[in-house]
Amino acid sequence: MSLIPQLLLALVLQPPPGQSEFVPVNELPAAEKLPAAPFLIVAYAFVWISVMFYLWTIWRRLNKVESDLDALARKTPQR
Amino acid sequence: MKKAFGPLLAVAGVMFVVAPFLIANAPYESTMGLIQKIFYYHVPSWFAMYLAIAVCGVASAIYLFKGTPVADAYATAGAEVAVLFGANGLVTGPLWGRVAWGVWWQWDVRLTTALLLELIFIAYLMVRRFGGPGAEKLAAATALFGTATAPFVYKSVDIWRTVHPNTNVIPTLRPSMGGPFAFSSLAFLLLSTLLLTARVHLAKRQMMVDQLYLAHEDQL
Repeated sequence: MSLIPQLLLALVLQPPPGQSEFVPVNELPAAEKLPAAPFLIVAYAFVWISVMFYLWTIWRRLNKVESDLDALARKTPQR
Repeated sequence: MKKAFGPLLAVAGVMFVVAPFLIANAPYESTMGLIQKIFYYHVPSWFAMYLAIAVCGVASAIYLFKGTPVADAYATAGAEVAVLFGANGLVTGPLWGRVAWGVWWQWDVRLTTALLLELIFIAYLMVRRFGGPGAEKLAAATALFGTATAPFVYKSVDIWRTVHPNTNVIPTLRPSMGGPFAFSSLAFLLLSTLLLTARVHLAKRQMMVDQLYLAHEDQL
């Protein structure tokens, strides 16, 4: 019985469509500058740190593998 | 590639140093202001993830159907790099959303499918790590499902209603925004290619260790 009004309500309460274009402006309102800056810095810092950390893990694993290779090459006599 | 790796890594490093200056000079977006500048790192992170997923998917298919060990090395590298850049996208996105939408997270179709995509490739790595004998084949099948999911994640914002900006924002970028974005995207794609190369090299060396272990065992 109450299904149709609920469906109509759900249709009316649909979220607005996503933004389809970025429009540049020259001036930024002063109030917006301060709150956004820490978020922006954290985002950029996270990307840098995560990439550096991953590079470090590859470096570390490669060093271990190379030392294993050396040890095995010494143990295994050439035929 | 071995000789070019160092210079290319230096080029990628320089590009990452220069990119923030170009991004700082790009105009502010009219509705979001300063926080929209996360876009220049957020979207290229996803591009880098899609590249790594493509490598992982193709290599997994080759490994699954032909059993080529080198393909398995590429698949592992692709999955790790995909998880790295996916994590970057999933961290930078909520930081952007907190200021632009007022919330850290929305169970919106793009955000949810992106999280699922990241979880599929984490599952790939966990299966490889803890799956025991034969886990490589199982992981390769997981990677195929992950790769098949990726296009839906990308197009989800165009198909379903979502609070996330749709894919049309990139082709309609003004040159003042498009230039820094293209530069940043190139830097991320170059970096992800180099990380993939380094990780493939590591996987190949690990394969050599395994072969030497087996040879050593045979002699005992």
